[in-house]
Amino acid sequence: PEVFKMLFINNQWQDAVSGKTFPTINPATGEVICQVAEADEADVTKAVKAARDAFKLGSPWRRMDASHRGLLLSRLADAIERDSAYLAELETLDNGKPYAVAYSVDLPNVVKCLRYYAGWADKWEGKTIPIDGDFFCYTRHEPVGVCGQIIPWNFPLLMQAWKLGPALATGNTVVMKVAEQTPLTALYVASLIKEVGFPEGVVNILPGMGPSAGAAIARHMDVDKVAFTGSTEVGHLIQQASGNSNLKKVTLELGGKSPNIILSDANMEDAVEQSHFALFFNQGQCCCAGSRTYVQADIYNEFVERSVERAKRRVVGNPFDLSTEQGPQVDQEQFNKILGYISSGKREGAKLMCGGGVAADRGYFIQPTVFGDVQDDMTIAREEIFGPVMQILKFKTLEEVVERANDTKYGLAAAVFTKDIDKAHYVSNGLRAGTVWINCYDVFGAQAPFGGYKASGNGRELGEYGLDNYTEVKTVTIKVPQKNS
Amino acid sequence: EFFVANEMKQTSGSFCPEGRQFNMSSQPDKGHQKQPGNGHTHQDPNQNQNHRPQHVEGPGTPALSMPIPDVHIQYTKLFINNEWHESSSGRKIPVHNPATGELLCEVEEADAEDVDKAVRSARAAFQMGSPWRSMDASDRGHLLNKLADLVERDQLLLATLEALDSGKVFLMAFFVDLMATIKTLRYYGGWADKIHGKTIPIDGEYFTYTRHEPIGVCGQIIPWNFPVMMFAWKIAPALCCGNTVVIKPAEQTPLTALHMAALIKEAGFPPGVVNVLPGYGPTAGCAIAHHMDIDKVAFTGSTAVGKIIQKAAGDTNLKRVTLELGGKNPNIVFADSDLEYAVEQAHSGLFFNQGQCCLAGSRVFVEEPIYEEFVRLSVEKARSKVLGNPLLPGVDQGPQIDQKQFDKIMELIESGKREGATLECGGSAWNQQGLFIQPTVFSNVTDDMRIAKEEIFGPVQQIMCFRSVEEVIQRANATHYGLAAGVFTNDIDKALTVSSALQAGMVWVNCYNAMSAQCPFGGFKMSGNGRELGEYALQEYTEVKAVTIKISHKNS
Repeated sequence: PEVFKMLFINNQWQDAVSGKTFPTINPATGEVICQVAEADEADVTKAVKAARDAFKLGSPWRRMDASHRGLLLSRLADAIERDSAYLAELETLDNGKPYAVAYSVDLPNVVKCLRYYAGWADKWEGKTIPIDGDFFCYTRHEPVGVCGQIIPWNFPLLMQAWKLGPALATGNTVVMKVAEQTPLTALYVASLIKEVGFPEGVVNILPGMGPSAGAAIARHMDVDKVAFTGSTEVGHLIQQASGNSNLKKVTLELGGKSPNIILSDANMEDAVEQSHFALFFNQGQCCCAGSRTYVQADIYNEFVERSVERAKRRVVGNPFDLSTEQGPQVDQEQFNKILGYISSGKREGAKLMCGGGVAADRGYFIQPTVFGDVQDDMTIAREEIFGPVMQILKFKTLEEVVERANDTKYGLAAAVFTKDIDKAHYVSNGLRAGTVWINCYDVFGAQAPFGGYKASGNGRELGEYGLDNYTEVKTVTIKVPQKNS
Repeated sequence: EFFVANEMKQTSGSFCPEGRQFNMSSQPDKGHQKQPGNGHTHQDPNQNQNHRPQHVEGPGTPALSMPIPDVHIQYTKLFINNEWHESSSGRKIPVHNPATGELLCEVEEADAEDVDKAVRSARAAFQMGSPWRSMDASDRGHLLNKLADLVERDQLLLATLEALDSGKVFLMAFFVDLMATIKTLRYYGGWADKIHGKTIPIDGEYFTYTRHEPIGVCGQIIPWNFPVMMFAWKIAPALCCGNTVVIKPAEQTPLTALHMAALIKEAGFPPGVVNVLPGYGPTAGCAIAHHMDIDKVAFTGSTAVGKIIQKAAGDTNLKRVTLELGGKNPNIVFADSDLEYAVEQAHSGLFFNQGQCCLAGSRVFVEEPIYEEFVRLSVEKARSKVLGNPLLPGVDQGPQIDQKQFDKIMELIESGKREGATLECGGSAWNQQGLFIQPTVFSNVTDDMRIAKEEIFGPVQQIMCFRSVEEVIQRANATHYGLAAGVFTNDIDKALTVSSALQAGMVWVNCYNAMSAQCPFGGFKMSGNGRELGEYALQEYTEVKAVTIKISHKNS
């Protein structure tokens, strides 16, 4: 199939105004896959203009039946499903995640997410409201307008679907900047967006860098809303840019340092396996990674021992090999940053139980790493590592662990493992996190909302809640001669 | 001679009801745009088409607009547990083409024993742990979507069968009935994983949540006027909520339901989830209504039978009952409305589907200053209707469904004449063969006449005169029915006052029959119980379970 390497604006493929391109790299080898057009401010302005035109009153997109918007999303899901194998391959090439995972986790979830929001398109109902007085009052749920969307490189296709699904179901138009590390699958999906018949300008996709293209979106005076998934650091910049420009609506999905709490009555084998998965899934490159594993004192030693044993068994290697569990980190910068954290862990006195080093002589592979005896004030217990590095901490009482678990600026996800129904509720109610899993981890469904407390973000994606962030509510009040119930 | 319309024939060639032009020789949906809801139970898929670029249209946009010649009728048996069965009694139902009286085929006739069999299979499919019960909600939705795709694939065949079996105009079957069927299935396909329970902040140290669970085995009994569309209206919400179904199509029109059964199997619904039993009301229908192992019954049909269904539930296991029944729907036209448009809408509001609509606007109340002109134009419009073989292009009214309906309509026309209404046009049968009735308009109709009180279910329009808003509200509501109503006015105050005051489940303002899968449908008073379509229909197919768990330390 054709590899799409240009900007997608107004359903057309375009070079960057500047003529610039950037290389996208295969992280398993460090080799350049291809050059991709690099959007900056001039291209953003072009895309916003296309999105604005597509959003004009009377446009095909604005006049379209809501059910037809849903049908287009459904067809996009069908097209992605049809091309799943190719897209999974491209995702693995560009991102480094194991092909088996891309094919069996990322792709089906992309399809499901789009189908889910396809269904919402004609079910996002306003209300009629019994206000006081001789009036008739109703609400219309209208799209916000032109939405800027900036997505990360850890789940390129899935993040694209999470962003497009609710925005398009509710009738917005989109200017999306995809991560410079992983632009290829998003551009392929752009070709499918055109194929299934979305009108021109409804979706525009721009590969580019954060400080240029991303910043241009965030401060654009004609972008009505910006949705960002990425680091908390950049989240601050986005929110500031909105304040400095047109007060565009902002939703943010940011970092986490998510606690995973194992009580001594939990099923040990299951808890070890789930905690391993919670941290190491996707090379540890998950905002919701369970990166503080709190284990109750009486089972602590056994848990650490088994976790180390499990980490040592983790198969690291060529992501196209079907038995591979862990591929490379996404790029040199992340690779260096993670190795830096591992050094700080050793330096600050955590006990390195396994791993800790580079796992191959080329590409960005890091050994699965486990730290025991981690203290709450260590850097590796406070900062987001975003790599295959597990921290195991010890606790004694429920009250203590809830307090320690919440002692972070983040609040994205959390989990508790226990067979005790009372403890499960006590801990899950007490945790300050947008998602709490009980006896499971990383369970996502398009139907269930996802988002952060505190500095982990603002707003929710997925589920019905995800629609709120893409909707303006208009209250219409009509004077009537005489009201009756 | 039969296939050629008589003196009503249009010179303009291709013509269809409600003034919509179809170009028979090319893609039929390229040029026929009218106002929303113009005589259609569902809006056309390509509405707003003039504003839409080509590529926005679906692949479902049909290239063919002609019925399949010499269609082969493939399915004639009972569909139980995803298998085709002969009836226990060995009896069969003769199925006729009402346009010609010709026997199309015989289908197996279900009675109580077959209902038992079907209920057993529906019950087994509903057992805890069954494939259907343990399926992801999103997969239930996906199956409904697949079914919609298959209906789209077979749209031409289904529309042909529908027109043959029910006598409705083929193009209407194709564009209205089938499109509505597809859209309804897709709409509920989307709901399956969006039926949310709640978590509830109850007092005390408890955690409470609700689960929306399927009711169980649902008996569904549907009428002959929109056979395939009613089938979709019934099964789609039931399946999306996770129920299993035993559905009885009308004995007059079983063919499309049986084809749907085959598609249900092809789509991959597990055995027993949907069972389709053609049969008669007093035997199969009655067995469903009385069955002790059916958890819910949904019926669409006459108010007289609705009462029997409700009573049967009371006499047996208190199964849940939803009813969509008759109507004598007021359509109120004020002097300030766009007269020609109102005439056209009132005409299609009554004559659509040979007048065989529970929604038919069968009491047209017209404000005095425009009354005479309104009648004149309505008569003109009625006279222009082309009767004939519903499979042929250019025809816009087919036969009534059967002799019984035909006789009933003729009897009511006689009563109108006898009771002193003015017969403006029509009033008799048309053609020697088949069950055709001339489009009939009565003026000077008074509220106490039978034709103003009883549901005629035929091409007979009653036009009354009124003077004030208060008067017309009072008269419009003076009926046991409360299904639908229309009001035509450009005055926003009148529109809102009248629409608030009317006792009806649907009120259309400056439109009639504007319906879609998203919008609830059902009756006040004796027009029914419960709502179909929209989110509201989900309530009719779910039981709410409140689960409360004792916890130790509640916090907000």
